[in-house]
Amino acid sequence: MSKKESTLTNMIVSLALIAVLAAAALAGVYLLTKDSIDNVQAQKKQSALNAVLPGFDGSIVPVPTTVPGDKDPVTVNVAVTKDNTLFGAAVETYTNKAFGGTFTLMVGFDVNGNILGTEVIKASETPGLGDKINKNKSNFAEQFVNMNPSASNFDLKVKKDGGEVDAITAATISSRAYCDAVNRAAMAFQGVKEIALPKVLPNLKIESNNAPVEIEAEEKGADNE
Amino acid sequence: MSDRLLHVAGSPHVHGDESVKKIMWSVVIALMPAFFVAVFYFGLPVIILTAVSVLSCVLFEWLIQRFLLKGKCSIGDGSAVITGLLLAFCVPLNLPIPLIILGALVAIGIAKMAFGGLGKNLFNPALTARVFLLISFPVQMTSWPKATPLWSFGADVVTGPTPLGIIKEGVKNGGTVESLMGSPDMPNNIQMLLGQMGGSFGEVSAIAILIGAIFLLIRRVISWHIPVSFLLTAFVFAGIFWLVDPTQYANPFFHIITGGMLLGACFMATDMVTSPTSPWGMIVFGVGCGLLTMIIRMFGAYPEGVSFAILIMNSVVPLIDKAFKPKTFAGK
Amino acid sequence: MNKLKILFNGILKENPTFVLVLGMCPTLGVTTSAFNGFGMGVATTFVLLMSNALISLLKNFIPDKVRIPAFIVVIATFVSIVDLLIQGFVPALGESLGLFIPLIVVNCIVLGRAEAFASKNTVFDSMLDGIGMGLGFTLSLTVIGAIREILSSGSIFGYTFLPASANILVFVLAPGAFFVLGFVMAFIRHLQKSNEH
Repeated sequence: MSKKESTLTNMIVSLALIAVLAAAALAGVYLLTKDSIDNVQAQKKQSALNAVLPGFDGSIVPVPTTVPGDKDPVTVNVAVTKDNTLFGAAVETYTNKAFGGTFTLMVGFDVNGNILGTEVIKASETPGLGDKINKNKSNFAEQFVNMNPSASNFDLKVKKDGGEVDAITAATISSRAYCDAVNRAAMAFQGVKEIALPKVLPNLKIESNNAPVEIEAEEKGADNE
Repeated sequence: MSDRLLHVAGSPHVHGDESVKKIMWSVVIALMPAFFVAVFYFGLPVIILTAVSVLSCVLFEWLIQRFLLKGKCSIGDGSAVITGLLLAFCVPLNLPIPLIILGALVAIGIAKMAFGGLGKNLFNPALTARVFLLISFPVQMTSWPKATPLWSFGADVVTGPTPLGIIKEGVKNGGTVESLMGSPDMPNNIQMLLGQMGGSFGEVSAIAILIGAIFLLIRRVISWHIPVSFLLTAFVFAGIFWLVDPTQYANPFFHIITGGMLLGACFMATDMVTSPTSPWGMIVFGVGCGLLTMIIRMFGAYPEGVSFAILIMNSVVPLIDKAFKPKTFAGK
Repeated sequence: MNKLKILFNGILKENPTFVLVLGMCPTLGVTTSAFNGFGMGVATTFVLLMSNALISLLKNFIPDKVRIPAFIVVIATFVSIVDLLIQGFVPALGESLGLFIPLIVVNCIVLGRAEAFASKNTVFDSMLDGIGMGLGFTLSLTVIGAIREILSSGSIFGYTFLPASANILVFVLAPGAFFVLGFVMAFIRHLQKSNEH
């Protein structure tokens, strides 16, 4: 076959044919890989959920909410067990006070607001310093487990500021930002539990009998004012 | 017209006894006041760190010259000694010894000899090594020992923040400059001038650095253009922001005497190899360094920006030299 | 031309990274570890092989004036295929390579080989050239990635053998990529020069 001349018809025909073939090939591969890609995405979210809600087996109801004073919403993934009881929630939270501007976390709470686990979703903190918020880099994040931000009036702080949290060496800003994100998550969960949940899931059983007494008192006090 | 012609008298000519060697050893002498002040405030570790840094710089230069480049031995010219001194001057005192040796390798191996040795390097070797270490070992490079007098060595090293670090972190955390100035870690003005504050040991004493700089100016090893334009730009820039909002920005005097500003302006930006050759070029270079330093200090992630500013300006020196090229004699 | 010569041409003599200095964007961007460099190299090799083969096959069918758009469509198609396959089946690699996979489209090596080799040679030779160039690219990215991984995290292909205190973080960042690339390039020039003498 000799080389095609660069006439208008030849150019249009050849380009169109190549484009059609390319589109067909792509469509084929897309269909082939679609299920697998969806699976991967779902698995990723699931593994983050599993990490912050250990031992949970049931359904997830996402409720978007905005903490008072914030511009951007956070998503509270309410965890409901099979017998329709509130297990807790995995909150997709963020902070704008990070060294690299912003990062997002997933924070799991039990029904009383105790932290079950935290997981970094997306962060661009300085390698060697702020990136120790990641679990594979240091055990900074582990100390949050079993803390209850609502007990400290949503004011988890690093020790330098008079709080309980051990900051990462030489990365106080990232550590503060982590506290900020966790506080935001706790506030969002509290808000959703008290205001949104009765509307979204009216039949849900909430058993928070063993909630720390002082919180109940504090909240009642606030209501009375 | 005739007075613009170049006159060359008949011989005998006076021989100017300036040489690379002589210039370099003048710089070494000029660095001594800052060194002795540091020994006074921080004690024995200063001597150890400086000795290791200088020796490893000289050793690496000799090794590379001898075995890789196979050129003439150049360690006698004193440039490696200066690099070693400046490197030791701009790192924290309690930096582990292996790291300072690595820094010396980077300064001599990457920043200097890889470009062909003295006179061919684009970037200031000591600053390149400092930035390399700062990025690589952020924890070790940002824990500054507090100044403790000479006679108290043996006690545990206490680390504390630098004045610039206090301001940077405090303001980011919502504090005002006035309240931060009163914090217990913050040295007073006299202490800052003398050098009794947190920081790299060579950069803390403003007075000692100025004595060295004046010595170099008198010996005509450096000219006034770069230090003056550098410091003046930083002063004016900081002053404007300070006048607009004194709660968020520290006063310009504070910016000049803290951090590496004086050491950088007098000893690092003026490095003959990596700065422009013409007076106007030097002024442009100094203004650029001053502006970049203040921009990084005020808006950047790091509390200190002198080393980054000088390295960035180092990289545009060829362009500056091209723009301010002196006219050739009788040329157009 | 000797078939073996075509194959080995890309590996050392005309190594895309160290000799032709093409495709610097992925070279500097993804070589934070040996695995990433290797993965990027393999992805690029696949695209090179397929696009070289197809373009050589179609070379008489494509009129000269529209050859660049036609080549780019072919290359982009294979890149998208690779992107989808990696996302679907090697998600870990997809995550660390991220944006750099779609960017293979603009990698100079791929279009460069299509234009300089595949459009003038037989299908078989073009495939050999694609494999050779791809292997050269993979080799150099793996070498750079391995050096950076050893220096920055004391490990190789994820196997850690140095303590964390020996990690030099700058090598995981962009400046470290330039340092390593420069020194490896200088070393290879040195080897070539001493071969010539």
